[in-house]
Amino acid sequence: MASTEAMSPIVEIRNVTKAYRRGGQIVPVLTDITLDIHAGEFTALMGPSGSGKSTLLNLIAGIDRPDAGELRVDGLDVTALGETELADWRASHIGFIFQFYNLMPVLTAFENVELPLMLTPLSRAERRERVELTLAMVGLTDRQEHYPSELSGGQQQRVAIARAIVSDPTLIMADEPTGDLDRVSAGDVLGFMRRLNDEVGKTIIMVTHDAQAAKMARRILHLEKGVLTNGER
Amino acid sequence: MVIPIAYVARNLWTRRLTTALTAGGLALVVFVFATVLMLDAGLKRTLVTTGERDNVIVIRKGAENEIQSGISRDQARIIEMHPAVATGADGQRMASKETVVLISLLRRGDEKPSNVVIRGTSETGLGLRPQVKLTGGRTFTPGTSEIIVGSSIASRFDNTAIGDHLDFAQRSWTVVGTFDAGGSGFDSEVWGDVEQLMQSFRRTSYSSMVARLADPGLYESFKADIDADPRLANEMKREQLFYSDQSRALSTFINVLGLTLSIIFSIGAMIGAMITMYASVANRVGEIGTLRALGFKRRAVLGAFLLEALLLALAGGVAGLLPASLMQFASFSTVNFQTFADLSFRFILTPGIIVKTMLFAVAMGLIGGFLPAVRAARLNIVDALRAI
Repeated sequence: MASTEAMSPIVEIRNVTKAYRRGGQIVPVLTDITLDIHAGEFTALMGPSGSGKSTLLNLIAGIDRPDAGELRVDGLDVTALGETELADWRASHIGFIFQFYNLMPVLTAFENVELPLMLTPLSRAERRERVELTLAMVGLTDRQEHYPSELSGGQQQRVAIARAIVSDPTLIMADEPTGDLDRVSAGDVLGFMRRLNDEVGKTIIMVTHDAQAAKMARRILHLEKGVLTNGER
Repeated sequence: MVIPIAYVARNLWTRRLTTALTAGGLALVVFVFATVLMLDAGLKRTLVTTGERDNVIVIRKGAENEIQSGISRDQARIIEMHPAVATGADGQRMASKETVVLISLLRRGDEKPSNVVIRGTSETGLGLRPQVKLTGGRTFTPGTSEIIVGSSIASRFDNTAIGDHLDFAQRSWTVVGTFDAGGSGFDSEVWGDVEQLMQSFRRTSYSSMVARLADPGLYESFKADIDADPRLANEMKREQLFYSDQSRALSTFINVLGLTLSIIFSIGAMIGAMITMYASVANRVGEIGTLRALGFKRRAVLGAFLLEALLLALAGGVAGLLPASLMQFASFSTVNFQTFADLSFRFILTPGIIVKTMLFAVAMGLIGGFLPAVRAARLNIVDALRAI
């Protein structure tokens, strides 16, 4: 029984379709996507611009809803959740890493990392302990009182990674995490994500254009015009 | 599940200039609102403190003020002898028969005359008003053409210094003293001997009577006796109530005019706050999307932007109240619509006014910030994240 559970996918996508309405026209973005992602996988979603990879990421992360199909994360049908329940679910299950870091410019590195913990019942002392530990993991202990404008791009992305993992979410969703970084910083960030996957067993889904970045993932999926092609590695 | 207050407050601080300009607009309205309330409070306090708690005033039935009133000498004698009137240490009844007349005097530096109350009173009348203190010279001598002037009169009208002469009622009256009545309406009066003033003004009856009750509990029976006595066509009121009633017309005017102006100005300030908050939302669409993606709910975003508007309003409230509080050092004079006499009073800031003013500021902020906050809360997460 235990082995069956271990084998069951953490993300189950069945016949998911999504279209957007643009200027009165319906533009299909994802067509009949069926996909399983297992716990502990580091998956890269690749494809040209407009192929629907970010939309697929948004659907899995619960910030967008499919038009049709089933989407289960950790056994839960996220499409059935209401707006408020979905917000709670994201807070406890999803960690986001964005291309442009999306840090709050008026909050310090410490406060940015603490943000997701404000949505948990943790005490102030517990939050402090968690944030300090996480910032230490990304090597930014000495930068915790710095504002984003006082940090380099690589450091800002490490703060964003710390924010994504501080609440120990089920999934880490990274949308072009190295898209705004130089090669060295990109290498650092990808290396850290790989270690998170290797050492802590975090499930990571990463959207990227960059073939070098995708090589860090254990599994690469290709999307072409909203359809998963069979170019899986 | 709320967005940290540091995020809200620092965003205001980051946009210091916009914040200051918007808060400044709110502050101007708050200033007008607060000063109107302070003016009204000053007027009420001035007229209420004019009366003494244990004193009663008797006027002619139907008269709204002392100027319109008349009490014959016979009536005055009957009222004075009523057992409810206290007896002083000298064995005299503590009742003052008074005459009140309006005269025109020139204000210093002004060519337009203003009405001033001349009160004919007696030593008993002075004793019935313990708040009245001589601040210069001496009191008038009964039987002479001597007068004393209230502090507001002395400071604002010509020929009111000690030794000066005022010509009215076919006589020249010598100012022999000045008095301070503790900010009450008496500060805007000129006092002299009642009999001399009645002769001069060719009056045969008094205007009013002020009496000290032997026991405050006797008020109702005294009042009932006056109402029931067929020889008397008078009515009695507690002195404090009588003077506070005198403020009603002017108070209503100040409130209606002042609050109407405040409401009109507040619309401008609320639109200013709304524009600022819309700009704040527009500048932070990406941040809002990120907060929502992290799990903050729509109501948390709504609350954060309402809190931002609230802090803006509080800053405007404090910025408006500070200069308003300085108005306490200024005095204001106008015609009391009830008596047609010039009345001087101060702006008074009370804890109640502070609370009302801050609530007014908060209401402006919340009304101005509501629609932008709703817009922030209703942003679609995916669209908001694309805005970065």
